[in-house]
Amino acid sequence: MKNNKQQNVFAELNIFRGTNSTKPEFQTFKVPFQQGASILDALIWINDNVDESLSFRYSCINANACKECMMIVDGQVEYACLKKLQKSGSKLEPLPNKTLIKDLVTDIVPPKEKLLS
Amino acid sequence: MKLIKTDVLIVGAGAAGMYASISAAKSNKKVMLCDKSLISRGGATVMAQMTVAAALGHQEADHWTHHLQDTIKSGQDLCNEKLSYLLCKNAPEKIRQMRDWKTNWANDNARIRQVLAPGHGVKRCCYVDFLNTGPAVARTLRGEIAKLKNVTRVSGLTIIDLVVEKNRVIGAIGLNTEAGEYVSIGANAIVLAAGGLTQLFARNSASKNMGGDSHALALRAGANLMDMEFVQFFPIGHLAPRLVGMDPIMWDPFRYKLGGRLLNGHEEQFIENYGGEDGDAYTVGRDLAAYAILKECEAGRGSPNGGAWLSFQHLSKAELDEAFGPIIKKLSANDIDLTKQAIEVAPIAHYHMGGIEVNDSMETCVKGLFAAGECVGGANGANRLSGNAIPEAFVFGEIAGASAANTISETPHLSPQLHQNVLSNLLIELSRQPKQKSQFQTVTSRKLLFELQKLMWENVGVLRSKQGLKMAINEIRRMKNDIFPNLKPASGTVFNTSLMDWLDLRNSLLCAEAICLAANERKESRGAHQMEDIPFKSNKFTKNQIISMIDGKLVSRWQDVQKLEFDLERKRWAKV
Ligand SMILES: Cc1cc2nc3c(=O)[nH]c(=O)nc-3n(C[C@H](O)[C@H](O)[C@H](O)COP(=O)(O)OP(=O)(O)OC[C@H]3O[C@@H](n4cnc5c(N)ncnc54)[C@H](O)[C@@H]3O)c2cc1C
Ligand code: FES
Repeated sequence: MKNNKQQNVFAELNIFRGTNSTKPEFQTFKVPFQQGASILDALIWINDNVDESLSFRYSCINANACKECMMIVDGQVEYACLKKLQKSGSKLEPLPNKTLIKDLVTDIVPPKEKLLS
Repeated sequence: MKLIKTDVLIVGAGAAGMYASISAAKSNKKVMLCDKSLISRGGATVMAQMTVAAALGHQEADHWTHHLQDTIKSGQDLCNEKLSYLLCKNAPEKIRQMRDWKTNWANDNARIRQVLAPGHGVKRCCYVDFLNTGPAVARTLRGEIAKLKNVTRVSGLTIIDLVVEKNRVIGAIGLNTEAGEYVSIGANAIVLAAGGLTQLFARNSASKNMGGDSHALALRAGANLMDMEFVQFFPIGHLAPRLVGMDPIMWDPFRYKLGGRLLNGHEEQFIENYGGEDGDAYTVGRDLAAYAILKECEAGRGSPNGGAWLSFQHLSKAELDEAFGPIIKKLSANDIDLTKQAIEVAPIAHYHMGGIEVNDSMETCVKGLFAAGECVGGANGANRLSGNAIPEAFVFGEIAGASAANTISETPHLSPQLHQNVLSNLLIELSRQPKQKSQFQTVTSRKLLFELQKLMWENVGVLRSKQGLKMAINEIRRMKNDIFPNLKPASGTVFNTSLMDWLDLRNSLLCAEAICLAANERKESRGAHQMEDIPFKSNKFTKNQIISMIDGKLVSRWQDVQKLEFDLERKRWAKV
């Protein structure tokens, strides 16, 4: 999405913000709409251009191999890198059955892979 | 700050780091395997979709010496042959070991299927169907490690800097990203297996975590890098339309199995004009294809997004389905129908031949510091054969893990004070007051990374020139010395993306400078290093280039290439 020309069509993403210790909020971001772009592309665009503090997990970007980018898109569990951005926009939330860490990041680390305190 | 003790710390949990953990664990020493992402998922390994080269001889007669000969030929006289030897000699055993551990290599019962890939003289490349090699490998190794009681796995731990005392590594400091806490680790030996650096280029096949952490950590600890100028560009990376859910180098097997036509923006075949053959067979080398595509773009004959067209329209739906059934489905989920449309492809940064300098025990010049996997330089010289990277990660990982566990017998000299100093220096760097407040107020780590990627792509990419490299070095130094110190990560502790981006960029800038400096010093064209204004190879540069950091400055020097005292034709060690 980075290399593309200026577009006039925007999509609105309504995104959950906050941690376990803050009051949950939703924040709306306007992102350029690009045919074929994924929700992950749009989130990366927000990090690059609007708000570098928005947190979400991802590694592989294209391959759908790392399986780190799962979240709730319009009420459904989705991989953000597979789910297409819609002109009509979307609501993004963290996975509900996992402990919230921050914004769209939840605790998906297997218990045996955690640093023992 | 929390201080954790281990015998061996392994940084990065791709194929190399996981293999290193398994072999280090055999010694009964305490092993800690960490990854800034999740174990086995953060890097290139899990994304690899194609093949693994090993002279198994299951399809045609083969021998590791033939694999070695092909590797050395492709490396254009720059392979550290001792490392290439280890790779080729040990690869078959690793493939069999992985099969015993239940990696489902495509097979006809006892016979593993092997296919031909460019540059290999025989059918040598194993794979897992369909385009599933990397995920299968990652799953196998993750499963094996989970069985080992003396290996502690830690996801979400980013190693920031190594702690070195009198040229001996004694530990590291890191960031526990989820808690937002700095941690310090005391270790007898450390294996760097944090992968490659292709994320430094605007067009790449990399994951987010491949911005050169291994190299920057090694440099700052006092280890050397070698042949940093050799970045491999994959010629036909996917460019457009946007395709999600697929590794961008996926078109290679398509062309390989089915043939495909590469066309310029005028829909004409063009590879022939550059001395290559294209026809319907897959024959043209990676460097020539990349060069030809970019030259067509430069001449104004590129495809709309700045690449070339790749067309399979001469094939029927039935032929496509038969060869790539599940993949054709994924394409149609992206609204791509190959019988109706051509897609756009372009060169992308894909692998790095250069890397950390090691000896044949994978040890660096810093005592107790080892390296393995893509971050190691030398085995592939100036150009890597396809399928050589995963066996490299297996073999070097295994050697590094064993060396790290066995060669370090003394207990580490734990020095909480030194750890604290390393962290304090970082915190000072983080809290520097902006020098030029107004000018860079709107710059963020992400934006500067974006500029860096563009600069590297345009000037240090497939086609290089003296002037472009000079300009790029100056610009990188300006970014590093004048802009970067003004950046302030957003505050916050838990999962602080902004701080992680800052840490990544800190490494990427150093790495970019090392690549650029090395490219500028190599005044010839060879393998993946192509200078437009010096279009020939020169014997004077049949040497490896070493980059080290002295008093904070990067310096380059030349070193003789390591040759193997082995007669490859007669398959015996030469008399010395
Ligand atoms: C899309 C793609 C396809 C490929 N296909 C093939 C193929 O078909 N055949 C082949 O032979 N090769 C292929 N390659 C190359 C090959 O996959 C890699 O060279 C190889 O997997 C590298 O393994 P590794 O263990 O060295 O590094 P990686 O697998 O990249 O693992 C490095 C790990 O280190 C972690 N890390 C990074 N920095 C830090 C830090 N500071 N602290 C902690 N952890 C850190 C990362 O998160 C990552 O998990 C491909 C590469 C790509 C990108
Ligand atoms: S980003 Fe890797 S699966 Fe979505």
